Amino acid sequence: MTTLLEVKDLKTRFYTQDGVVHAVNGISYTLDEGSTLGIVGESGCGKSVSVLSAMRLIPEPPGKIVGGQVLFEGEDLLKMSMDEIRHVRGNKIAMIFQDPMTSLNPVLTIGRQVEEALELHMGMSRSQARQRAIELLQMVGIPQAEDRIDDYPHQFSGGMRQRVMIAMALSCNPQILIADEPTTALDVTIQAQIIDLVKRLRDEIGMAVIWITHDLGIIAGLAEKVIVMYAGFIVEEAPVKELYSNPRHPYTIGLLGSLPRLDARKSHRLVSIEGLPPDLIDLPPGCPFAPRCAYVIDRCLEENPSLEAVGSNSHRIACWVDVKTAPKT
Amino acid sequence: MTEDNILVRVEHLKKYFPITRGIVFQRQIGAVKAVDDISFDIRRGETLGLVGESGCGKSTTGRTILQLYRPTAGAVYFEGQDLAKMKGEQLRRMRRKMQMIFQDPYASLNPRMTVGNIVGEPLEVHGVASGKERYERVQELLQLVGLNPYFINRYPHEFSGGQRQRIGVARALALNPSFIVCDEPISALDVSIQAQVVNLLEDLQAEFKLTYLFIAHDLSMVRHISDRVAVMYLGKIMELTSRDELYNNPLHPYTQALLSAVPIPDPVVEETRRRIILEGDVPSPANPPAGCNFCTRCPRILEICHDEEPEFKEVGPDHWVACHLIA
Ligand SMILES: Nc1ncnc2c1ncn2[C@@H]1O[C@H](COP(=O)(O)OP(=O)(O)O)[C@@H](O)[C@H]1O
Ligand SMILES: Nc1ncnc2c1ncn2[C@@H]1O[C@H](COP(=O)(O)OP(=O)(O)O)[C@@H](O)[C@H]1O
Ligand code: SF4
Ligand SMILES: [Mg+2]
Ligand SMILES: [Mg+2]
Repeated sequence: MTTLLEVKDLKTRFYTQDGVVHAVNGISYTLDEGSTLGIVGESGCGKSVSVLSAMRLIPEPPGKIVGGQVLFEGEDLLKMSMDEIRHVRGNKIAMIFQDPMTSLNPVLTIGRQVEEALELHMGMSRSQARQRAIELLQMVGIPQAEDRIDDYPHQFSGGMRQRVMIAMALSCNPQILIADEPTTALDVTIQAQIIDLVKRLRDEIGMAVIWITHDLGIIAGLAEKVIVMYAGFIVEEAPVKELYSNPRHPYTIGLLGSLPRLDARKSHRLVSIEGLPPDLIDLPPGCPFAPRCAYVIDRCLEENPSLEAVGSNSHRIACWVDVKTAPKT
Repeated sequence: MTEDNILVRVEHLKKYFPITRGIVFQRQIGAVKAVDDISFDIRRGETLGLVGESGCGKSTTGRTILQLYRPTAGAVYFEGQDLAKMKGEQLRRMRRKMQMIFQDPYASLNPRMTVGNIVGEPLEVHGVASGKERYERVQELLQLVGLNPYFINRYPHEFSGGQRQRIGVARALALNPSFIVCDEPISALDVSIQAQVVNLLEDLQAEFKLTYLFIAHDLSMVRHISDRVAVMYLGKIMELTSRDELYNNPLHPYTQALLSAVPIPDPVVEETRRRIILEGDVPSPANPPAGCNFCTRCPRILEICHDEEPEFKEVGPDHWVACHLIA
């Protein structure tokens, strides 16, 4: 497997009136060609900021990338000029978001918006672009694409708008598709349609996918490798089956335990994680999960563990304790 | 099931919202059929789950049962008495026994009121307790839902989403209700916090013998918390049965598709699952199709489905379905 994207020690902060928000605190991971990486974690843990930083889409100020590298095709995206990074975003790495309305222009027809992307990035003529736009809309499953291409965004349902976003993202044949909670606002049957679509396109085109979600269910059926984030840190990383069958970080264990399952044979009491995630303006000195952790020891309160391999090289956790042998405290 | 065991009976309930045009002279040009002829019972002490996709009429059902919306047609019997026929003082007295917990813990609490006043307001309004007695009861309620009674003078914005939901629960409990409509009480919360609130609701149910109508779109959570489950689609109930029967033996094609669409947090299970991918979107409740409401998306459609509405009937012990496929 060739590494396509490598994120090294990425750090992003927001300088706000209330203080410095430590949104992303030195995260490192790699994305292989054609593979799917899942990033999971609860709201506010830094999932969006971590990929937006890599794409240089953080509003500066108040945000600032204060350290790290994002290597793509041998170049550091963080060092590129605005023109260069725009070229990467338009042609090689595409993004889709939770709310398509924020990325669609309400006063332009769907067709015009897809066509503009094609004219701009692929250098197509207007008639070529229109032809290709219809093809793309058909490919993402918009019925009667020839007619609906002249509709405005508000005439589309949420699921259909997300399909349009996917069509626009694919217009440049990207090598990487970053999907930031694209189904969170959708109903479950529509979510299934969108996931099915992205999987099909991924396999056809051979692009790599980074899928961000708070839903451990979605990731289970979609990703090969999973990263679990907490308070701006990666706390666990593992191949998907390993993560679910053998979670090693107390937070991951807690998350999986707090989920009810559709296929549960018997209903038992949910194991909740008590307390709340820490304030990113005022992070505790030790492990960020220590105040809520069921395995906490003295060392956890003083020193923050770094992400280290456990068992195999592909399984890493940031934790002082081996949950297999340690008692709950 | 004896009549005695039934706390709420809903019969042919309809709630239509008028669609009007014109500013000075409003004329009705149509209706949103948010709830369109549904019938079911809620048994004493049970949790009835109500699931379905957004806009299918779940909240309207809950609100119409509580008479926060007056029904367009049909009856809602609470302990044998039809709430739809009641008004004024009589309805007010019944309302004490029925409460609601809302989805959005940010919007549903008055930001200018202290926690003490929010939780204590129903006591004041219904003239149950005031002064020191009220203060003590509020402290007791806060403790009950796992909040520090010391927080009594704080404002909602000083609390996290999960804590605000606890405030909403404390308020709902103030008048010792027997029935609570929980309208997506955990949808806005993070997973680890959801479990905290669900555990609280389960504990309170056991302690006070509460009956819940639990509205949600998360089918995994509904399986966890419910005794029986009703599946709604476009204003109608498509299937209703016990929790295990629904999840092990779903009969309605919509229920089957809905269940198959829910991801399971287990990669080994996901590998072998077959999804039923429904085509298209849900039609507008202002203009539902003729015949079966699901006919525009049903993967197993019959000729008759376009013309005739299927009857909601009991096809097995305590298993109700509205579908022409099931005779
Ligand atoms: N523009 C901003 N200004 C200040 N803080 C921000 C801004 N954007 C994000 N943050 C903060 O950064 C943290 C991480 O946010 P985010 O990456 O959006 O979380 P997630 O996507 O995991 O829900 C949060 O605490 C959030 O409040
Ligand atoms: N007060 C209202 N006035 C007009 N239409 C409404 C009102 N409340 C709900 N509706 C409509 O009724 C339908 C059902 O809504 P709702 O009961 O909120 O669905 P759910 O809770 O299942 O998402 C929707 O089409 C909604 O737009
Ligand atoms: S380092 Fe300590 S506090 Fe953090 S997760 Fe591990 S055991 Fe828990
Ligand atoms: Mg996000
Ligand atoms: Mg609702």
